[in-house]
Amino acid sequence: MLEYSDNEMMALAAGRLIKDGAIVFAGTGVSILAATAAKRIFAPGAVIFFESGGIDPSLNEIPMAVADPRVMSGTSVNSGLIDAFSIAGHRRFHTIAFLGAAQIDRYGNLNSTSIGDYFRPVTRFSGSGGSCDAASFASEVITFIQHEKRRFVEKLDYLTSVGWYKGYDSRKKLGLERGGTTAVVTNLGVLKFKDDSKEMYLSEYFPGVSIDQVIENTGFELDTSSAVEAAAPTTDQLTILRQEVDPQHLICHV
Amino acid sequence: MVNCPEIADKLMSVGQAVSRFIPDGCQLAIGGFSITRNPMALAYEIVRQRVRDLHIVCHSHGQALDVLIGAGCVRRLEIAYGGNGRYAPTCVRFKKAVERSEIQFEDYSNFQMSLRFLAGALGIPFIPTKSGLGSDILRFEGFPPEVRAEPKVASRKYAMMQNPFSEDTDEVVLLPALTPDVSIIHVQYVGEDGTVRIKGLTFADVEQAKAADKVIVTCEEIVPRSFIREDPDQNCLPSFFVDAIVKVPYGAHPTSCFNFYDYDPMHLTMYHEIAGDDLRFKEYLDAWVYGTRSWEEYLEKVGIERILAIKADPSIGYAPGLVRK
Repeated sequence: MLEYSDNEMMALAAGRLIKDGAIVFAGTGVSILAATAAKRIFAPGAVIFFESGGIDPSLNEIPMAVADPRVMSGTSVNSGLIDAFSIAGHRRFHTIAFLGAAQIDRYGNLNSTSIGDYFRPVTRFSGSGGSCDAASFASEVITFIQHEKRRFVEKLDYLTSVGWYKGYDSRKKLGLERGGTTAVVTNLGVLKFKDDSKEMYLSEYFPGVSIDQVIENTGFELDTSSAVEAAAPTTDQLTILRQEVDPQHLICHV
Repeated sequence: MVNCPEIADKLMSVGQAVSRFIPDGCQLAIGGFSITRNPMALAYEIVRQRVRDLHIVCHSHGQALDVLIGAGCVRRLEIAYGGNGRYAPTCVRFKKAVERSEIQFEDYSNFQMSLRFLAGALGIPFIPTKSGLGSDILRFEGFPPEVRAEPKVASRKYAMMQNPFSEDTDEVVLLPALTPDVSIIHVQYVGEDGTVRIKGLTFADVEQAKAADKVIVTCEEIVPRSFIREDPDQNCLPSFFVDAIVKVPYGAHPTSCFNFYDYDPMHLTMYHEIAGDDLRFKEYLDAWVYGTRSWEEYLEKVGIERILAIKADPSIGYAPGLVRK
């Protein structure tokens, strides 16, 4: 079996979650690797689109930003932001948003704005971009994040994008009729959310990772009782990732 | 300069466009998105003319915004995202300016900012959305109260309203319209009749232009009327929206311009490294902005090797195989 990187494992673990016909809102980095892997391996009928307005590009090379000219090439439609977000929230479609963040809490709420006091932050990040919008509108959110204690926190420094808000039906009560975070994919495993309380639990840990390692790197209590070991990437899957999805190895080996 | 009688009064240099339309303290919308179609030639000229106290409004912005902030041109910012994708997950000078409390900032999301421009373009005072419910975007207001009293600044960040068409509880977020003093965009084509054509994605450039009091367009090519009118389906702004037109080939470098050139990964990587250090950033401005008196000088400094490396294959819109690490 071939050796593989964290990014490759994450991309395949997320790709497996995509059902054929899904409309996928993709970002950059592992997110685009995962979206393209989903389409080329698991769900050929999935459509990838970008908040910048590019819909169903050919993606012969990996885009390095959501406004990369590669998201405008071979598309079905080239549009703009308002069109893209109207698709993300469209009542007719099952849309899945792939998001990243600096911090996440047990309900899958995300921070991509700042650490410390909002007005005088210790660290300032890019800000929402389309993350808040996609989290508000999409039928599902899958979040990619490095599994570290400082990122998996009890309380976010800033709530940029709403997941399950405060658990149970609190998201719906806000007026957000659908959506919520369905999975969190990290370098250690896949986490999902309980049906009733919407609290995060460990669903899968990756080969070579222990449950204790996941617990040590999570800043809140985590139910691991139903966790199973994830399937390792197959040689065929890795070959497609490296030769077709990311032929220049911009993300695969990072 | 090209001889185009229909737009003779609009054709000018970047120097003239900035000195005529971008005074200190104006509200400026920047077109493009992260590493694509940033009006860089105009941004550099704003830096050269030492325009101060700009109030910038944008959705996702990268290189032009970061250079303007770093050069001390910006006092205030309404923004959704400050980054260059993989080349700067957070723009460095933007990050420093916020962390050091050097600028006033207000966070919105991409859709929210785009809707605000749309509202401005439509001539309506506000626009509803469901985006942001429950988020801290609606919990923290960045601008201090005295800023709210200034012209072109909304009296509050947003307002909540019950859907007047529903008996059930159904709250929406109302966002104030934006009507910037000036919008600047870089596009592929302007016709000799002043018609504007953007290739690839338009982002929110059209809404931004229609929302503004004045519009400056820089372009790769000024093309004959016969060319621009033969396929009007691709045109996005009629001439009467445009106040100034400047032909600046490669005018978005180091960001990309679909069908013409890719972004310049080497330049963006160099910039990201340099921007973290105050002294080296100053040297960068001295070398690339203050030190280049004309656009030709700037492009000579970029060098023919980079220019050819990033040249797009027009059949796919970017430079295939470009080294992008």
